[in-house]
Amino acid sequence: MNLIKILRSAFLVVLACLVLSACATKKVATMKQMQGDVYTGTDSVEYLADGVPDRVFFATNESILTTRSRDTLRKQAGWLRENSDVNVVLEGHADERGTREYNLALGERRANAAKDYLMTYGISSNRISVLSYGKERPVDSGSNPLAWSKNRRSVTVKAN
Amino acid sequence: MIFRYLLILIILFPIKAFSLIEVDITRGNLSPLPVAVSPLSVDSESKKSFEKLLKKKDIGAEISLVVENNLVKSGLFNPLDKDAFLQNPNIAHLKPRFEDWALIKAQALITGKVTLVDEKLRVEFRLWDVLAGKEMMALAFTTVPTNWRRVGHIITDKVYERLTGETGYFDTRIIYVAEEGPKTNRIKKLAIMDQDGFNNKYLTLGNELVLTPRFSPTNQMVTYLSYFKNLPRVYLLDIETGIQEVVGDFPGMTFAPRFSPDGKKIIMSFAMDGNSDIYTMDLENRVVERITNHPSIDTSPSYSPDGKYICFNSDRSGYQQIYVMKSDGSNVKRISFGKGIYGTPVWSPRGDLIAFTKMHKGRFYIGVMRTNGKGERLLTENFYQEAPSWSPNGRVLIFYRETKTDSQGKGFSAKLWSIDLTGYNERLVETKTDASDPSWSTLLSN
Repeated sequence: MNLIKILRSAFLVVLACLVLSACATKKVATMKQMQGDVYTGTDSVEYLADGVPDRVFFATNESILTTRSRDTLRKQAGWLRENSDVNVVLEGHADERGTREYNLALGERRANAAKDYLMTYGISSNRISVLSYGKERPVDSGSNPLAWSKNRRSVTVKAN
Repeated sequence: MIFRYLLILIILFPIKAFSLIEVDITRGNLSPLPVAVSPLSVDSESKKSFEKLLKKKDIGAEISLVVENNLVKSGLFNPLDKDAFLQNPNIAHLKPRFEDWALIKAQALITGKVTLVDEKLRVEFRLWDVLAGKEMMALAFTTVPTNWRRVGHIITDKVYERLTGETGYFDTRIIYVAEEGPKTNRIKKLAIMDQDGFNNKYLTLGNELVLTPRFSPTNQMVTYLSYFKNLPRVYLLDIETGIQEVVGDFPGMTFAPRFSPDGKKIIMSFAMDGNSDIYTMDLENRVVERITNHPSIDTSPSYSPDGKYICFNSDRSGYQQIYVMKSDGSNVKRISFGKGIYGTPVWSPRGDLIAFTKMHKGRFYIGVMRTNGKGERLLTENFYQEAPSWSPNGRVLIFYRETKTDSQGKGFSAKLWSIDLTGYNERLVETKTDASDPSWSTLLSN
């Protein structure tokens, strides 16, 4: 009887360790790709040119640019200065966890935050148009915080 | 339109009788009223003609089935099994043997007769109080035969009105967005159907993204958001002619449109430089008026039925909350103060309540509050649901609900649901495809 008890508790301990470590690794993986709830990974990112990411990410309900986003946008501004014949559309998006109409406004606000920043780096406003998709065009169809963080974004798309 | 051909001729007036039947509609109805819907009787000659015209073997039984389904879905009535009926439909319609109907525990009885008269469908029906042994109502009307489902809806409305004292909501339609394809690239079309899901028709082809359609008060026009040529703008669609036009000439996205209660204006949001404010446009003289002017997001406007007030959604406090103002934009007052954040306020057609979506701790609720923000009641909770739209009698809300996907993004669906004000009687509204953004019409026959 005692042996069975010991074995059983040992088994439970092992099981608990396994579960905990599994959780830990999963959390680390998610952590690496998110800071707060802003996406910092590169899964969905495309590039306008070498070293010029096409998108910036936002926290839930926010349109504030992070340090990282400002860095990306400075790279985009540099690239736009070098390619003065290129016009861009800034496509603003929200995650699926909000009402449709508010999200349309939020997407517009996010794209405009990016537009304003590009303008302060010398890009003329008539080269930039803004298009909000609200929550209509997610890149990640998952229903989890990581997927949602990838979807809260403003993507700079070549218009010509 | 078809319903112009609809002639309601009242040949017999409701007979005043003290009735024993009362339907309690103030709370969740746990014991719906047992009612017998006797199949409408059809003479054999009419039957043959209808079968040829409509490809329906027994049009009388079909119409009574429409009535029965409506009654079940209302949650207030319990239509009894037809196999237990003892009396022939044609005889019951003339003189019911009340003992027989009382025996199967029916409290109300609906009988009727359908005939083909000059290529038209003529229906007469009666509502009987079984326990009192009295006729409560008798009506007849004539319409084109292809309108036969509407006949069932009108009968239901009349019965509902007589038994509950409230106007019905069955002879109505729903406009919504039909959805197909992967979540990352949904194809969306405007679609219209009867309130019970029949006679579904697509109004756009799905070439461009369309969102948030809303009926005009006369149900002839629809205002909605279209991404035609990748320029999200509010559009107007004439359902009869199919003609579409852009509303106004705005240098940016317009969205969240609704009609004013008199149908003369469209109220909507216009987004410019990261700021959304509320505007109206007069459809006759094209005059655009700015209603809000605030550096926050102001959207989802909805008029009170008298047109004097507007409720809307704003994040001027930092988060989405519900506000009410006078229709000229003055006297802005926040009315939502509960836990969580609030969106999509819609004023009830009765004027007394505002329906909304509430988000709290990762859950979504559909609820109602009084127009001063007091008396908040949450009717339903889920993973994701929003955009309530009122039935014309202000008793039922239709909204859409989306399901959670797994880590691979599988398992997504969007469906229409309805729930009544009691918070009971939640029902799936069946649609051929996935569906969202429902908007309920007013009564078609009034």
